This record gives sequence, structure tokens and C-alpha cells, in this order.
Amino acid sequence: MTGAPESWRPGASLEVMRRRAGMLQALREWFRERDVLEVETPALSGSAATDPNIDSLRTRIGRRDYFLHTSPEFPMKRLLASGSGDIYQVCRVFRGSESGSRHNPEFTMLEWYRIGTGMSAMMDEVEALVRHLCGPGRSGWPARRITYRDLVLETAGLDPLVATGGQIEAALSEHGVPPPGSGAADRQLLLDLLFSTVVEPGLDPSGPVFVYHFPAEQAALARISPSDPRVAQRFELFLGGMEIANGFHELADAGEQRRRFEADNARRQELGRPLLPLDERLLAALEHGLPDCSGVALGIDRLLMHLTGAEHIRDMLAFDIERA
Amino acid sequence: MASYSTNEFRSGLKILMDGDPCIIVENEFVKPGKGQAFNRVRIRNLKTGRVVDKTFKSGDSVEAADVIDTEMEYLYADGEFWHFMVPDTFEQYAADANAVADGAQWLKEQDRCQVTLFNNSPLTVTPPNFVELRITETDPGVRGDTAQGGVKPATLETGAVVKVPLFVEEGEVIRVDTRTGEYVSRVKD
Repeated sequence: MTGAPESWRPGASLEVMRRRAGMLQALREWFRERDVLEVETPALSGSAATDPNIDSLRTRIGRRDYFLHTSPEFPMKRLLASGSGDIYQVCRVFRGSESGSRHNPEFTMLEWYRIGTGMSAMMDEVEALVRHLCGPGRSGWPARRITYRDLVLETAGLDPLVATGGQIEAALSEHGVPPPGSGAADRQLLLDLLFSTVVEPGLDPSGPVFVYHFPAEQAALARISPSDPRVAQRFELFLGGMEIANGFHELADAGEQRRRFEADNARRQELGRPLLPLDERLLAALEHGLPDCSGVALGIDRLLMHLTGAEHIRDMLAFDIERA
Repeated sequence: MASYSTNEFRSGLKILMDGDPCIIVENEFVKPGKGQAFNRVRIRNLKTGRVVDKTFKSGDSVEAADVIDTEMEYLYADGEFWHFMVPDTFEQYAADANAVADGAQWLKEQDRCQVTLFNNSPLTVTPPNFVELRITETDPGVRGDTAQGGVKPATLETGAVVKVPLFVEEGEVIRVDTRTGEYVSRVKD
């Protein structure tokens, strides 16, 4: 929070701002050619993402509370259920308490949905788009594809689907990461720490990697795999060890979606985080029927970081939170 | 007691860990795509100087350490304590051998030092970067050879022993860098 007078200047160079503008133009062109409709949905919503690890910012209009969206996912699914067909959106999204070299509390997200597309075909599409946006001269394609389980086995030497909290703690210590003192041996929490501190940095620093079949506890809004109920139809794309995109074969079952929202709120209560109102409009839309589809969220600022070799997200933003 | 949440963490922040005052040297925010965020922090214990790595769940909070750096004038030592005074308020503080540590050998009355207070008592004392001290004892100077780098030990008025060039004489005042303990130059009276 520097108040120094020189902080009026932008963090991103003019060159980076030109690349951002070029990237936005290129992706709009790319979606237009594929007949995917650009849409806009509200940044303010009466309900919020219940994900216990996402901190929605709250504001007020008159006597009503609204939340700034953390992703445009819910209203876009309502459009899909209403018969929009394939859609995409580029927008600023907001997440409180996320600030660091790869995080800014507001950032630019590209989100898109393809009807009748499964997880594997959606990875193909992400690859095609990212290769297009990166331009020629980038090596490493096609991206390596590996399951979450195999990747953790490979980099940390343990099976994430069966390892106990104690075993994950031991693997963390072995890699010089002290486990957090509080919270005891919470398996899920330790697995998150292991992934961020040991697995991600261990990824090929030059080549692109798709990680898929995340554990079912980390399914978020993805379907559970029909072949193995321990994993979900969820994938992420990593470039140079940095997460760029996250995709789901979208959960369409309204009952299952409600159970997950309620489980999120139960977990929030456990963690002492605020409980949130469920998005009843999304649930009603799922009840009406969401077409079989896959969706992806892609971080534009991070893709720019990868392309320019930047170490900090602030160098990609005209004005990051410290200058906002 | 004041406390800091992990989202206020930045290098230079002073926090309390197991009762000891510590300073954050590095702070890194990590978060998997969907999942718990953490702050990986490197902290230095201001009492022992030890550096350790810690992991905090983002959202956790830690107690703030009541640590302030104050400029004070060195008054005198009484054999057990070194006494300092805040020039503006004349407030006096007594620092023990732990706080003064190796800095003791550079302390000359009326010099300005940085005294770090923890819960209002001296935690560390940092002498000025450069001090000017008189040589009380050294071998006689060697004339002529002023360019070639021979050195000899010299005892200063505070008891410190530094290496000085051969031409420097007993009774002269020299300038010393307290961070390295090295001779810098002669000082003309």
C-alpha cells in the first residue's frame, strides 16, 4: 500500500499493454471463426461461489448485499440452459485476499463453454487456442497429458488418492516445506500445500502440461469420472510450472450440485469462514436442464506472464492492487 | 494485543513467534487452482538471529511484536549494563551484554547508536557504521614503507583491536568500519 507519489505510473510497459490488446483481439477473432458467441454477464450477484477457498468481495446497494463475481460461471451456465449455444466471455473477476507474484485481487479471465464436448476434446481445444495465442516459435507442443495421481507419484513419491495426512506431511518435510502448525493433519489441506510447493515447481519449466483427473474432493463443479469415482473430470493446463487454465466436464445434475454447495458451506463453518447464500437461480437452470458441455477458465494475465517471461503479475497490469 | 493477518504479511513486518520477536524476511503467497492458499514465510528471530521457514494457512493471524528502532546516545558502562539515552526526551535505557554483544568494543561515550526496543527494553544495539577512536597501543611506525600493504595490530581506546597500516602511530585517531571491523583511514585532529 505505498502512497509514494511515483506510484501513479503504470506497472506494465507499453509493450506489454500492446501484447495484451493483441491477445484479446486474437482470441475474439478465434472464437468468431468458430461461431462461439461473446456474452456479458453481471459482475454483481446476489449469491456467491461457495468454494471455501475463494473469498468473494461483498458490497451493498441500498439494503441488499451483492457479491463481486469470482468467475462468470454461474450466469453463463444459466445462458447455456436457456439455449444460448457455445459462448465465451472475457471479464475482470475479483477475489479477496489473493495477492502475490501470480495473484492480484482482480484479474482478467477468459471463460468459455462448448456444448457436446467431453474433457479430452476440451483439452484439445485449449491447446489449439493457447498455441494460437502464443504464436509460432513456441516449442514443447503437443502438451504432455498426465493424471493428477501419476504426477504426484512422479514428483513427490506418494499416491495422493490413498496417502494419509502423516505421509503427506513427511513428503513435505522431505522437500523442505514445514507443514502449517495449526489445523492438524488435514489431508486435503496438506495435499493442496504439496501440490503448490512440490508438484508445481517440479513441472517441466519449458513444456506445457495438462494435469487431469483431479481427486473427487477437488472436483469443484466437474463431473465425477464414470470409470473411477475417486477422480473428477477436471483438468488444468500448466505452462512453465504455472497454472494457466482450469476446465471441467460440467456437472449438470441439480441435486448433486446442491449437495456440493451445502458441503462447501459445511466446510466453511468448520474453517470459521462466512456461510454464503446458494445460487438458487443456477440450481433452477440445472433443474431445467444444462446441455452436456465442458467449460474452461483461462487467466489472461498469467498467459501474458508466460509469454513475456515476467516474474510478477504486476508487470502485466496497468495498475495492480498496490497502485490501484 | 495487535495482530497481523497473513494478507498483511510483507518483508520487514515484526511478529511474535513462540514469544520471541521475529522479522519477516521473505513472504510468498501460494495457492493451487482450486484449494487452500498458504503463505510461505522466512523469518529471522531478532533475539538469536536464527532464520527459519514457516508455513501459514492464508487467513491465519499472528501477534505483532512490539519492536521499535530508536536512535540513542551512549552514556557509559557500569560493568554489567551499558546505558543509553534518548536525546530528545532524556529517557534512559540499560542494555545487557546480550543486547550489546560484539558492538561493545566500538562504543564510545556520546556516540549515536541504534537501539532496538522490544517491549520497551533493549533487544539489540547497533553501533554507528563508522567510529573514530584513538590508538592506545601499537608497535612503533615504520617510516618509508607507506605504499606496500603491511599491517600490525593496534589497540583502541575502547579495547578493540584492529589491523592498521605500519605507518600509523600510537596516539593517532583512526576511522573504523564497525560492520567489518576494518581500518578505513587516519583522522587529523
